Amino acid sequence: MRIALEQRRAVSRLRTWLTPLVALAVALAIGGVIVALLGKSPVVAFKVYLRDPLTDPWALQEVLLKATPLSLIAIGLVFCFRANRWNIGAEGQMLVGAICGGGVALLFLGQSGFYILPLMLLAGMAGGLAYAAIPAFLRVRFGISEILTSLMLVYVAELLLDYLVRGPWRDPKGFNFPQTPSFSDSALFQPFFEGGRLHAGALLAILAIILATLVFRRTLFGFAINTLGEAPRAANFAGFSERRITFLVFAISGALAGLAGVVEAAGQVGQLRPGFGQGLGFTAIIVAFLGRLSPIGAALSAMVIAVLLIGAESAQVVMKLPFDLTRFFMGLLLMCVLAGEALNRYRLVIRKEG
Amino acid sequence: MFRMTTRRLALAMGLGLAMAGAATAQEKLKIGFIYVGPVGDFGWSYQHDVGRKAIEAAFPGRVETTFVESVPEADSDRAIEQLARTGHKLIFTTSFGYMEPTLRVAKKYPNVMFEHATGFKRDKNVATYSAKFHEGRYIIGRIAGKMTKSNTIGYVGAFPIPEVIAGINAFYLGAKSVNPDVKIKVAWAFDWFNPPKEGDAAKTLIDQGADVITQHTDSPAPLQQAAQRNVFAFGQASDMTKFAPNHILTSIIDDWAPYYVERTRAVLEGKWQSQDVFDGLAKGKVKMGPYVNMPPEVKKLAEETEEAIRSGKLDPFMCPIIAQDGKTVECKGGDRLSNEQVFGMNFYVQGIEGTIPK
Repeated sequence: MRIALEQRRAVSRLRTWLTPLVALAVALAIGGVIVALLGKSPVVAFKVYLRDPLTDPWALQEVLLKATPLSLIAIGLVFCFRANRWNIGAEGQMLVGAICGGGVALLFLGQSGFYILPLMLLAGMAGGLAYAAIPAFLRVRFGISEILTSLMLVYVAELLLDYLVRGPWRDPKGFNFPQTPSFSDSALFQPFFEGGRLHAGALLAILAIILATLVFRRTLFGFAINTLGEAPRAANFAGFSERRITFLVFAISGALAGLAGVVEAAGQVGQLRPGFGQGLGFTAIIVAFLGRLSPIGAALSAMVIAVLLIGAESAQVVMKLPFDLTRFFMGLLLMCVLAGEALNRYRLVIRKEG
Repeated sequence: MFRMTTRRLALAMGLGLAMAGAATAQEKLKIGFIYVGPVGDFGWSYQHDVGRKAIEAAFPGRVETTFVESVPEADSDRAIEQLARTGHKLIFTTSFGYMEPTLRVAKKYPNVMFEHATGFKRDKNVATYSAKFHEGRYIIGRIAGKMTKSNTIGYVGAFPIPEVIAGINAFYLGAKSVNPDVKIKVAWAFDWFNPPKEGDAAKTLIDQGADVITQHTDSPAPLQQAAQRNVFAFGQASDMTKFAPNHILTSIIDDWAPYYVERTRAVLEGKWQSQDVFDGLAKGKVKMGPYVNMPPEVKKLAEETEEAIRSGKLDPFMCPIIAQDGKTVECKGGDRLSNEQVFGMNFYVQGIEGTIPK
């Protein structure tokens, strides 16, 4: 007797919708048992992890704040991944965006003006775009795998940031610690609410969701991306230029990652410093796939990740649960979602050996 | 939220009446900690957690402590604010990178008191504190200078920030004071807690001929690597004897407990004020582990050095200090460098080869 996976003939719509919910329920059930074994109440844990971040206004705006850069980057990655172009280097594109935007902020240090922030956003997008164009060019011109080049460029970007904050851009009043001066007010997003931290960056993410959805639903370009990803030969016959699409999806992805970098720099960090990236560009890869490569899905799964992160901090404060439990739970959730996806397309069959 | 408060108030009033004028129901003082690493790193964060437990032991029933671990420095506002808004009245943020976030949150919560470790910016409700770890490094420098046979000592550094640079200088000056031929090689891990990277750095140094290893990173990995290759090394932040009992010489121990207890008492008594504290062996914030695996005369030298620093007779940076470029450093602290000069140190002393990464 052996167990095998067999492809289902048809994938039902209902099941496709239900899969993530069932996966979440299974992850919660397993997580609940673990929490109970630790001697804490699973009901309270559920409240702290999943309910409070969405109902407490302070926590909710923190969730949106955290989800903003993740959504921006993930939506960009959706363009690449749908076209079967593997941009693994969003982290680097984000950093270069932050460096370019931050450079503008440092240029106008101590000055005020309504134009500074928009200029930073433009510089960040341009920087991310240019940086993403490198792996696109190498792939189109020389056929070099974009997976390797985009990933390696992450480390280059990290070292560039490191060099700048330790050298030319270091805060002269900062006791030699590696960080730039704090940006002036005109170079920062101002919070919507007194005492809160949510800012206009979230609106940019919403704008990105709408535009990206329109591109995929209503434009020939969106159709061309899908076709290139799913059937490259068909795309060729249809006259879609592979080179052009490759460049464009990398450009869009890089620009959005660069924008996310500026949003982080001008939003919550307020300066450039090592460790600035926090791996957001890598987390966004998971976010894009959890969202099934749709812009809205990416935004929703960015929210899920943000809720879990914020729930994790609350759980440590309110329930004194260890941080490792959160990491465990994130991994568990991911496993359940992936297993669900697999079982949605395949079914388990038990075969008797003849 | 409002209902909760009124209920608690009613409860407190009821209790107060019941006790007929006895002390009103005391609210426990809630104290929060933000750690940069996991609480089980056996180094930096672990020692802060030892301090946290000391607070609980010192004021049984009167305090409640909470910690949030592995908080990334660039994304720490939220965790700090989470503590502030859940009624924690005294919050310790225990890494340099929490400086700006701590100040930002402190502005929003003027009635919460903050203590930021190793920073240099203060506010009405933000105090800073640090320890003169370089005093311990001078002692282990002397031990290393005596123990090395290849006259090459390996130093695993975390980041080229002033605290680490001052540590390297103090270590080298200690080693040179007993062994003029000693050379020091520095490898950067560019991380505070990253066991594989720290171990690799130690390995590289041993491959380059170092026969004593010391570290300014948080995990026991360099020490364990040294033990594997049969060379001597030192423990960092906590007593790490158990990780390499036959190859450890001593440990520099961070003891935050007395300071944490003192600051908690200040809050309980309503006497807390913003301040800046930078002290070491004399106040017990820096302690030395047992001196082991060394000949008696080296042990004696180490103990005498420790005593001389504790009593104030000796300092790692006694003037004149000559920088790598050959210029004598201005002496702003009488017969030694001033605290500010040590705190912002960004140059190697003469005799150290190589440059500080920029």
